[in-house]
This record gives sequence, structure tokens and C-alpha cells, in this order.
Amino acid sequence: MFANLTNLIRYRALIQSLVARELKARYRGSVLGFVWSFINPLLLLVIYSFVFTTILPNETPGVQPYGVFMFCGILPWNWFATALTDASGSLIAGGNLIKKVLFPAEVLPIVSVLANMVHFFLGLPILILFLLVSRHYPRPTDLAWFPVVVLVQLVFSAALALMLAALTVHFRDIRDILTNVLMLWFFATPIIYPWFQPNVQRFRWLFDINPFTHIAVSYQEILFFGHIGQWKWLLALGAASVALFLACYWLFDRLRDSFAEAV
Amino acid sequence: MTPAIELAGVTKVYRRYSGKQFATLKSALLQRSIARDLRPSETFAALEGVSFAVPKGATFGVIGRNGSGKSTALKLVAGITKPTSGTVRVDGRISALIELGAGFHPEISGRENVFINGIMLGLTKREIQDRFDAIVDFAELRPFIDAPVKTYSSGMYMRLGFAVAIHVDPDVLLVDEVLAVGDEGFTHKCLDKFAEFRRRGKTILLVTHSLGLVETLCDEAVWLDGGRLRADGDPKRVVGAYLTAVEQGEEQLMATTTAKAVEEAGVEVPAPEHPPDMFRATEGRWGSREVEISAVSLLNGSGEASFVFHSGDPLEIHLKVHAHQPIDDFVFGIGLFSAEGVCCYGTNTDAEEMAGERLEGDAEVRFAIDRLDLVEGTYKLDVAIHKKDGFPYDYHRLLYTFRVKSRTHEVGIYRPPHRWTFSPNVVFKRQT
Repeated sequence: MFANLTNLIRYRALIQSLVARELKARYRGSVLGFVWSFINPLLLLVIYSFVFTTILPNETPGVQPYGVFMFCGILPWNWFATALTDASGSLIAGGNLIKKVLFPAEVLPIVSVLANMVHFFLGLPILILFLLVSRHYPRPTDLAWFPVVVLVQLVFSAALALMLAALTVHFRDIRDILTNVLMLWFFATPIIYPWFQPNVQRFRWLFDINPFTHIAVSYQEILFFGHIGQWKWLLALGAASVALFLACYWLFDRLRDSFAEAV
Repeated sequence: MTPAIELAGVTKVYRRYSGKQFATLKSALLQRSIARDLRPSETFAALEGVSFAVPKGATFGVIGRNGSGKSTALKLVAGITKPTSGTVRVDGRISALIELGAGFHPEISGRENVFINGIMLGLTKREIQDRFDAIVDFAELRPFIDAPVKTYSSGMYMRLGFAVAIHVDPDVLLVDEVLAVGDEGFTHKCLDKFAEFRRRGKTILLVTHSLGLVETLCDEAVWLDGGRLRADGDPKRVVGAYLTAVEQGEEQLMATTTAKAVEEAGVEVPAPEHPPDMFRATEGRWGSREVEISAVSLLNGSGEASFVFHSGDPLEIHLKVHAHQPIDDFVFGIGLFSAEGVCCYGTNTDAEEMAGERLEGDAEVRFAIDRLDLVEGTYKLDVAIHKKDGFPYDYHRLLYTFRVKSRTHEVGIYRPPHRWTFSPNVVFKRQT
């Protein structure tokens, strides 16, 4: 297993070029191309802002403008959700590679996570622009935590991506189950509502065991509120994610030989 | 010296996918059958106890019928699947020409695909950069290299895949029936490339149905049959053994075809009408049955019943006849038809000016052909006994099938015994 893990580092050129291919292929043939990576989050942000300031005004003090607040959590969530959805189908989509060529299968789910991370990064300038316009200036000391959250989310997503990819090969239902679980998970995470709401605090323990709570809240604190109170949780989650990654990689490694036959 | 590829007692068992396998998580959970379904109840051994070693620098052929385990063996050598038991050992960098262009992404250009495919095959960016021109020239795709791969024809796709794989510069090259990828010119280029590989002392493992290629190109060969090793060693000998077995298989096929045709025809109500058109090829049996043809067999040169003959071999048609009552008006006839129903030859005793006088009880008729000078193909046989005016006693139309094999590949029907002579200034390459 650890020999295979070190191989993963050897494959970085492969991962790099596959991520680049994924990004190029996605917008190949469209007129606006990469501009879509900016337009998509921009449109989303405009819609949320419009709904929550005009249609259904949310006046909760401390989280104004509400659209920008939500966007701090939605952007990383989209990375997470799309990465897992892509990853769970990645081995089946890449069936040709696994069946016909000697190909390190774990590269595929990891490429899904990384390609979506790039999309997340491309959405960040839009978010930053709106933060600045609405006079939310993140503090440099908090911003130092930003790479940490991204890293924790990366490891956490990669762990789940490996597990889902390996299991989906055998149980195709997982893709449909995943769509629904992600929907539930989205509403169970303080993304479109602030975590300090009294109703959230009443079920505090439920939110505490949800790993994405800590990731989402960290993003909100770093970017929107300008004070990082969640860092202990974040570091604990980071350590847990590494352990989870090793466990998921072990599972993936165990199932590896079945892929060529079951895909 | 250690061999480049070594298989020792390799067995590969696949689970046969039947309706019972857990197709969905739901069914597995509902029926609590995960444990049972995971246990391979029905298995299928693609390879069983196969051992062979390919010496370094050798060109090694693998032949066998479809489903004999050739491709599984290749996948095991390539490391794509693992053996269920036994060991597979490969020394050196492998490049597999198994599924050409398997990693190509249709939306991006040929150029980008060359880079990604190269990296997948274990090259570095710099190595690909250095070989890029050679790859594109080899694939003959210079004008199209910046077009998305989805616009390529399947030939272009394959050529590009082949070009990348062959420029990986492997120590061991695995080839699975890929010489069919291009036109004549490209095939020659591939063969030249293989020859260059051999000169440089690389090992080639070649899986193919082209037996001629195995005979001319390979130093050694194995023949796989039903997942087992049937023969190995000198390619000529292995190919010979394989061809003999294929003939035996065909022999059986012909025997069953004939038996079935005779059986079906026997059930039909005998119509005493003579068919209006002698040359219309419809199978069947008819006649008044006052005289019956009870058995027909084809004998080869050594007098054994057979269904497969070599062009130029002797053939004897042997009829057993039973006359229910003595008759004096009878003609024996024979007709040879090609598979398309073209009459190759037809004769009867009347045409050859033999006038019948008496036939009674059980009799035997032999029609001997000294040389069966037909080109390769499947042929059908008419045998008949009828009156001089054509009224049929027993007419067997196209009921007997046999096959003529030839090492040469001429066209037509008739292969006259022949020879070529040339003046001394016409020179041919010496056959190896």
C-alpha cells in the first residue's frame, strides 16, 4: 500500500496533464471558454443576492449582505459536491484506461477533485470582488489560514473520492444515492444560514459531527467575519482527514484488482 | 540469462456474469445475498496452468482460436490484470499495443493527446517533446495534428495510437492483432518498425491470427487452446499443429452439417417429380425410392472418411445403394457445387456412355477423383440415381458438404496443376 502511495507522487506529471486535459476539454468548443468559470459563480451570486435582498429579505444582523455571506460557503461546497459526483463515476468513465492500459486507477478520482479545485480557485476572484465591494476586508492573519482550510478540504474530499470511486464500480447505485446524500448534507451544513443562529445552537452536537460544518464555518470566518474561531476544529479535522485518506486508500488498494473486470 | 517474460503456472479465473450477480446495492441488501454473490459460484478459467518463457530479444508468437486465452495472457503480461494463481514476471519497460489510443480524449487536439498518452505510457514531457516529430510523421498526421481527435477517422485514430505506443521505446513490446490498423503502406511501416526493434534486441510478444506472420516473424511460438498450452517451440511446427487441429474442428463441423442436412431431407415426403432446373441450388432429397442411396461417404487418399481435403489430394465418393427390386434402367450421377451454388462439375454414367443392364440388392459405387484440383473453399455434393429419362429413384441434392484447403490463396474454382517458368533475369526473393 505505501509503495503504491509513493507511486502517487511519481504520477504527478500524469495527474497534472489529466487535470489540464479535463479543464481544456470542458470548455473546448464553447465560445466563451474559460470565461464560464467566472460567469457561472457570478450568475449564482447575483441570483442569491437578488433573492435574499429583494424577494425574501434576510435582515439577520452581522451577515449583511446575505448573498455574499452564503457565497463564502457555497463556492467551496460546489467544489466538494461536484468533485465527489465526478469521482464516483470516474472509474467507470475511464473504463477504457483501466481495462486496456496499465494505468494507475487512483489517479482518476484524484483528478476529479483537483480539476474541481481549479474551478473553485477560478471562482474566488468573483467572491473577493464582492467582498471588497461590500466592505468586508479579510485580515492578513486570517488569510494565512486560508491555505489550511483548502488543504483540509482537499484531503477530506480526496479520501471520500477514492472510496466512492472504488465502491461505485461494484454498486452503481451509489451515484444516485450520492446525489441525494449531498442534497441533504448541503442543508445540514451551515452554508445558507449562519451557524450562530439559536436554532443551530440547539442541535449543536449534530453540527459538530458534520465535518463540512467546520470547513464551511472556517471559510466564512476567514473571508466574511474576519476572525478565525474555528481553527482547533479545523486542525482536528485535518488530522482525521489524513487518517481517513489512508483508510480509503487502503480500501481502494484492496479493490484495485477487481476494477479491470468489473468496470 | 533471465527471460524477458516468464509465466509460471498461470491460472486466471473470471467470474461468469450471470443474472445472479449483484447488479445493484439494493438487491444485494434486500436479498441479504452480498456474501453469497461475492463468492464466485460460477467461474470460468480463461487460462489454466500456463507456463512459458520469452527469452530476451526474441520475437514470440501466441496463436489460438478466439476465446483461447490469448488476450488474457497479454493482459496479464501487461499487468492490467493479476493472475488468480501462478506468477507473471516481466523484465524491462513494457509498451502494449493492445488498445490503441485507449486514453485519447475526443475533445482535445491530437497534439495534446500525444503528450497525455505519452505520459500515461511512462514518458516524461521532455522525452515526448524530443520524439514528437517522429511520432507525427510515423502516424502521417502532420496536417491534422492540431484538430480535435473526435474529427479523426478510425484509421487516423489507430495510427496515432500506434505511433505513440511504438515510440515509447520499450524493452518489451506487446502486440495484439494491431497490424490491421492501416492500409497496406502503414502495415509495411509497422513491420519495418518491428524489424528495427528486433535488430536492437528488444523482445516482442505478438498475438495474432495471421499465421503467416508468426511463421515469418517469430523465433518461437505458443499455441493456446481453451486456456491451456497446447504446443510451444518452433513456430512452423506450432502453426502446423494448430492448423491440423483447426482442420479437425472443421471436419466435425462438416460432419454435423451433413448429418443434419441428410436427416432433414429424409423426413421430407419424397416427390417423384424431377426438379425443373438442374442448376437451381436448393437442398433436398426426392425420388421414388425403388432404389435408395443409403449411405454416402467421402474418402481421402488413405481410404478414411473425411470432410476436409487439400487441393490436389485424391478424393473418393463412396455410395451404398439398395435396390428394393431388380431394375435395368438406372443412371448414377455426381455433381460438385461451390458454396455459392455454382456447378463445378457434373457427370453421370449415361453421359459417359455406360448403359445400365441390371441392379439388385445391396451394391456399392465408388467415384474416384485422382486430384481434387479445386481452390480453397466449401463445396457441396449431389449424388443421384435415376432413370435414363431423368425420373429420379433417389436424388440427394447438396446434402453433403466438404471443405478444400490450400496453402496458397488463388481465386476461382478450378486449380489446374501448373508451374511457372522464368528467364534467368527474372529474380524473386528467396522464401524463408
